[in-house]
Amino acid sequence: MAISMTEAAANHVRRSLEGRGKGDGIRLGVRTTGCSGLAYVLEFVDAPDSEDTVFEHHGVKVIIDPKSLVYLDGTELDFVKEGLNEGFKFNNPNSRGECGCGESFNV
Amino acid sequence: MALLQIAEPGQSPKPHQRRLAVGIDLGTTNSLVAALRSGISEPLPDQDGQVILPSAVRYHADRVEVGQSAKDAAATDPLNTIISVKRLMGRGISDVKHLGDQLPYRFIGGESHMPFIDTVQGAKSPVEVSADILKVLRQRAEATLGGDLVGAVITVPAYFDDAQRQATKDAAKLAGLTVLRLLNEPTAAAVAYGLDQNAEGVVAIYDLGGGTFDISILRLTGGVFEVMATGGDSALGGDDFDHAIASWIITEAGLSDDLDPSAQRSLMQTACAAKEALTDTDSVEVVHGAWKGLLTRSAFNALIEPMVARSLKACRRAVRDCGIELDEVEAVVMVGGSTRVPRVREAVADLFGRQPLTEIDPDQVVAIGAAIQADTLAGNKRDGGELLLLDVIPLSLGLETMGGLMEKVIPRNTTIPVARAQEFTTYKDGQSAMMIHVLQGERELISDCRSLARFDLRGIPSMVAGAAKIRVTFQVDADGLLSVSARELASGVESSIQVKPSYGLTDGEVARMLKDSFQYAGDDKVARVLREQQVDAQRLIEAVEGALQADGERLLDAEERMVIDMQVEELRELMKGTDGAAIEQQTKRLSQVTDAFAARRLDSTVKAALSGRNLNEIEE
Ligand SMILES: Nc1ncnc2c1ncn2[C@@H]1O[C@H](COP(=O)(O)OP(=O)(O)O)[C@@H](O)[C@H]1O
Ligand SMILES: [Mg+2]
Repeated sequence: MAISMTEAAANHVRRSLEGRGKGDGIRLGVRTTGCSGLAYVLEFVDAPDSEDTVFEHHGVKVIIDPKSLVYLDGTELDFVKEGLNEGFKFNNPNSRGECGCGESFNV
Repeated sequence: MALLQIAEPGQSPKPHQRRLAVGIDLGTTNSLVAALRSGISEPLPDQDGQVILPSAVRYHADRVEVGQSAKDAAATDPLNTIISVKRLMGRGISDVKHLGDQLPYRFIGGESHMPFIDTVQGAKSPVEVSADILKVLRQRAEATLGGDLVGAVITVPAYFDDAQRQATKDAAKLAGLTVLRLLNEPTAAAVAYGLDQNAEGVVAIYDLGGGTFDISILRLTGGVFEVMATGGDSALGGDDFDHAIASWIITEAGLSDDLDPSAQRSLMQTACAAKEALTDTDSVEVVHGAWKGLLTRSAFNALIEPMVARSLKACRRAVRDCGIELDEVEAVVMVGGSTRVPRVREAVADLFGRQPLTEIDPDQVVAIGAAIQADTLAGNKRDGGELLLLDVIPLSLGLETMGGLMEKVIPRNTTIPVARAQEFTTYKDGQSAMMIHVLQGERELISDCRSLARFDLRGIPSMVAGAAKIRVTFQVDADGLLSVSARELASGVESSIQVKPSYGLTDGEVARMLKDSFQYAGDDKVARVLREQQVDAQRLIEAVEGALQADGERLLDAEERMVIDMQVEELRELMKGTDGAAIEQQTKRLSQVTDAFAARRLDSTVKAALSGRNLNEIEE
């Protein structure tokens, strides 16, 4: 099982961590809610939990809890610009339907 | 599609519930918008990567042009191109007439007292012009953040009065923006540097923009900034540096100084470019038409020295107004594009005896701080520690003043945290103590308000009535906790107390107190006017009697003395009754008959005071 991250995403995470002044890495996750059932979680991590899995890409730690990993296996985190808008995007092979908002999905 | 930003641990927003909020610096010369994304507050660039939007609006018959291209048209289409509109915000037609010579616009008086500017697109009020700038920033923010904004924090100068603040809010509304809060520019700059995280201290914000200079002294207590003093010069800024260089070019190149507008404009552009280049290099070659010359940084420093000195003088005055010394200022924040000029930084560092904070881009620092506030106010932070409560004070808070009247210091519905200071003075000659009676309520007489606390300020040095300056500061923190402190500015004696104002007041009581205040508004007003007249009368009688005792023998003859005594007696009689108008009339009479006496006393004391001082001291 694995999670990956593009270089653009890693660079942006690194910069954000520097700006924040603390933090070990970034947490990817899912939780139940949203218009299609599941919602993505993207948060700074100060201290990983013992059951978390930690991946490292381009020198940045990606941290994920075991339950989320089931839904996110094979997902790539990307950082994209769409016109003036910019932000992170989950490229998730498990997702069958998205509501088009980028924030929630179902499997 | 909404792209994701990184949230704080445990604070991922629910889908579709991200609350997008921005900070906007609506400047005289330049404006910008900033937002907090993935924990970093930064200005949002436009399509060309520019974060700064010049505050210039050009009206065409069928469209509105905002920004750099509009600014460039200021010389060729001056009547339809509005620049520096911030100077007109909240001003009446008469204030504007007074500025008239400097502004090329055709003003027309509206139905209200607001001035309108006549353009090809019809009459435009300053509020509409500002709204056009805000609309561009709003569109930029919505395109960048990928959604509708819940609101914006818009910054205003600390000295903006209610009318100017209201005008700014109206402009925001017209631009389709919800104002989360208006924030003072210096406070925003302090927030950008995280100074609000410090426990307490005094900070100075030195803001030298394109056409204005502002100095603000803030006191921080428990995360709340109180504006202690503001000062500055509404006609001092980077544009004046440009003019100084332009005059230098005119002299050096032997040009005549009545240039046509387009030559004038290109000269100013050359001057401005030379100035900005000298921020990074020691000398620059200036080319104007066929003429070429070398301008060194030290020559430029000499050109601007008088303007720099003026700004420092305003700083000294503002610090003095707070009753503190320069070395009590614990941090100095540089704001405004013109604080990039090395000589300005050096002079400010010398004055305060410390290096000013310059790490955050001085053009951007205000918007960056506003964005941090906006994010908090929009409710995106949930961990108690940093949470700034956006709460309001249910009933006005104030003080008892002479005659048993309630003087409101913080009006009801003010959002907290808040700090307000007001100056009071002594009522009697030689008064050494003052009772501070803290009250809550909407009624005019203290007997109808709720008493919260009393304390005394003692040790006021002996002075004549009205000479002592006592600054009373009311501060309500994010938890609704009120503390009141009083400080005599000359001696620094201080005293304070903490109270919980809403404690024990139920919503029902609050509602009743409000209802009463409306119901009795008429009676209260009459009662207030009478009390005020009685207080005025009493004050005058005491002053006259004090003066008679001190100098009556020396400065008055028997007949003059008798006239005064009679008038005093008559006023005393009237004060026993409730005829406010008669008391007022007689107070005026007494004041008239004692005018000459007062003038004679003043002459004799001024002579006595001057004989011991030299001329320099007198000018100060
Ligand atoms: N590098 C620089 N060196 C000197 N002055 C600069 C520099 N960059 C900008 N300025 C000046 O800053 C001024 C604009 O400041 P700004 O803070 O944006 O104004 P405002 O607050 O009045 O809207 C202009 O006079 C501009 O020439
Ligand atoms: Mg400014």
